[in-house]
Amino acid sequence: MAATTTVPSASPISGSRSFLNRLRDGDEIARMITFLFAVSVVVVTVLLVFELWQGSVLPRHKFGLHFFVTQVWDPIAEQFGALPFIYGTLVTASVALIIAVPLGIGAAIFLAELAPARLSDALEFFIDLLAAVPSVIYGLLGVFIVVPLMRDYAQPALKNTLGFLPLFSGPMYGIGFLTAGIVLAIMVIPYIISVSREVLMSVPRDQREAALGLGSTRWESTWKVVVPFARTGIMGSIFLALARALGETMAVTMVIGNTPKISASLFSPGYSIAAVIANEFTEATGDIHLQALIELGLVLFLLTFLLNGVARLLIVLTSQRGSGAAHA
Amino acid sequence: MERRMKRITGNFLAALALALTLVVFAHAALSITGAGATFPYPIYSKWFDEYKKKNPAVEINYQSIGSGGGIRQVTEGTVDFGASDGPMNDEQLKAFQDKHGFGVLHFPTVLGADVPTYNIPGVTAALNFTPEALAGIFLGKITKWNDPAIVGANKGVNLPGNDIVVVHRSEGSGTTYIWTDYLSKVSEEWKSKVGKGASVNWPVGLGGKGNEGVTGQIKNAPNSIGYVELIYAVSNHIPYGNVKNSSGMFVKADLASVSAAAAAAAKTMPDDFRVSITDPPGKTAYPIASFTWLLIPEKISDSAKRDAIKGFVSWMLKDGQDYVEQLSYAKLPKEVVAKEEKALAKVQ
Repeated sequence: MAATTTVPSASPISGSRSFLNRLRDGDEIARMITFLFAVSVVVVTVLLVFELWQGSVLPRHKFGLHFFVTQVWDPIAEQFGALPFIYGTLVTASVALIIAVPLGIGAAIFLAELAPARLSDALEFFIDLLAAVPSVIYGLLGVFIVVPLMRDYAQPALKNTLGFLPLFSGPMYGIGFLTAGIVLAIMVIPYIISVSREVLMSVPRDQREAALGLGSTRWESTWKVVVPFARTGIMGSIFLALARALGETMAVTMVIGNTPKISASLFSPGYSIAAVIANEFTEATGDIHLQALIELGLVLFLLTFLLNGVARLLIVLTSQRGSGAAHA
Repeated sequence: MERRMKRITGNFLAALALALTLVVFAHAALSITGAGATFPYPIYSKWFDEYKKKNPAVEINYQSIGSGGGIRQVTEGTVDFGASDGPMNDEQLKAFQDKHGFGVLHFPTVLGADVPTYNIPGVTAALNFTPEALAGIFLGKITKWNDPAIVGANKGVNLPGNDIVVVHRSEGSGTTYIWTDYLSKVSEEWKSKVGKGASVNWPVGLGGKGNEGVTGQIKNAPNSIGYVELIYAVSNHIPYGNVKNSSGMFVKADLASVSAAAAAAAKTMPDDFRVSITDPPGKTAYPIASFTWLLIPEKISDSAKRDAIKGFVSWMLKDGQDYVEQLSYAKLPKEVVAKEEKALAKVQ
């Protein structure tokens, strides 16, 4: 934002005017204000990392990099390892995306391309409503509806058919990684649909018309022209969903089982970073316990940062290919 | 017209703001803040409310942020008093002393208890639990409901051979502190492997958030067992089991048996009131109970605040105790009240 507003002041005409004149015009004021806003975002981020770093001195010195690879979480013996929480966070977010991405993008394609405009707008209203539901409500939905359904129907069915895979073995409590992933999927689908629909609808009309003019069917024009054209935006919606899934606290802690263990089975109970921080922070009396929780916050921040970086890279790579395909 | 409307609205708002400020100032002559334990929050809010009716000049604000937060905030000096379900340990007392140059005092307020609750399809009788059975189940060594350690104490109950699902609190809590304090006393193995604390490294089980989370998971999972606060079980009509005490009697938790546990401890109460009353002597004593404490600094420089806090504590020890039982907490034994009244003089 700062970069675009500097352009007019750098041009020869405005450059020849005095600072006072520019100030009177409002350009300079607008530039300074927007610059401040932009900088404040960076300042907040840097402060956040600084505070998390400062607040986790004890465990960083005591455990070092072992913090990332050990599985013990024992507040009494003051032994802390982040691995089960990192694992739980990644597994639940992955399950959520595996379910939510095809469903969300499919629904967005229908709403943007195939549905009558009136139906599309009406459904969009409901989807936006879903995105605004507080997460504790999704948690309750998980506890009272998803968990019993999982325990009595879904998990036995999965075990009977795919039970030979370690993913679907072990005791069936109804709660655990899979249930948490499903609840997260329900929560993030509205984000994917809403953003993807907007992106798909903003694809220029001539792209579609050209494809149809070349003799492709409606579906071919959608799938081979419109979707690739909107690829970057759709990716953006997925990463928004991923960020939400990684940081979700309340709904996850209500259905994940809150047990810091690593298990190959999706049926088994686990724990996520956000959930353990919310659960233990208020009653953490030992300094190192509290600081280990803060360090987990730092880990979650880094994890989000890392995944965001990978996401950007992916967008850069695919958008080059995407625009190539669209031009061809 | 529009402008006049605006002016009228503006005047009205200004008058309203002034009136509100006056009201606030008139009523909150003295505002005292406290923070800490969630377990006694219902009775604390009742007390502060009743006390304010009698002493309109004193307003006590209490934030139930958890015992850990209570200890931390009173040590930081950001609140006038703290509250905790577990007594502060020596390290925490030293930290307070080092920071302020004086100590912090514990004042027991009420008693609470933990009860084992379970969901076994087909079993409606109140089960009896021995300390060995409870420790074994929570250590993950007793894994089936028809284990001899459980069946032996429950003659005539048809217990299934199903796997036991253990449920515990996921967040740090005073309830967990009492439960693990008890298990540490009755089981050497628990003491060395797990220990006591607001959150511990559980050998087995699923975590539920809050009493309601534990209850929900027990209701959801057949063949499960967990623990909740007595008041929570009573007010939500959740059936719970009996526990064998140190005299070998199976006791159901209620106000009488929890008071009996406190009475047994009252005789040996240390001067700083930091005492654990789990597994007490006495035939009628329920073994998984605990005091909950207010944490008050020894020196309070603001004399008005000091008098108000001392006034509240002495009211709480006398009249305040009458409100306790209707909320299912057990009253303090007389000996403890007398001792606390003496200790209150130490607050300067």
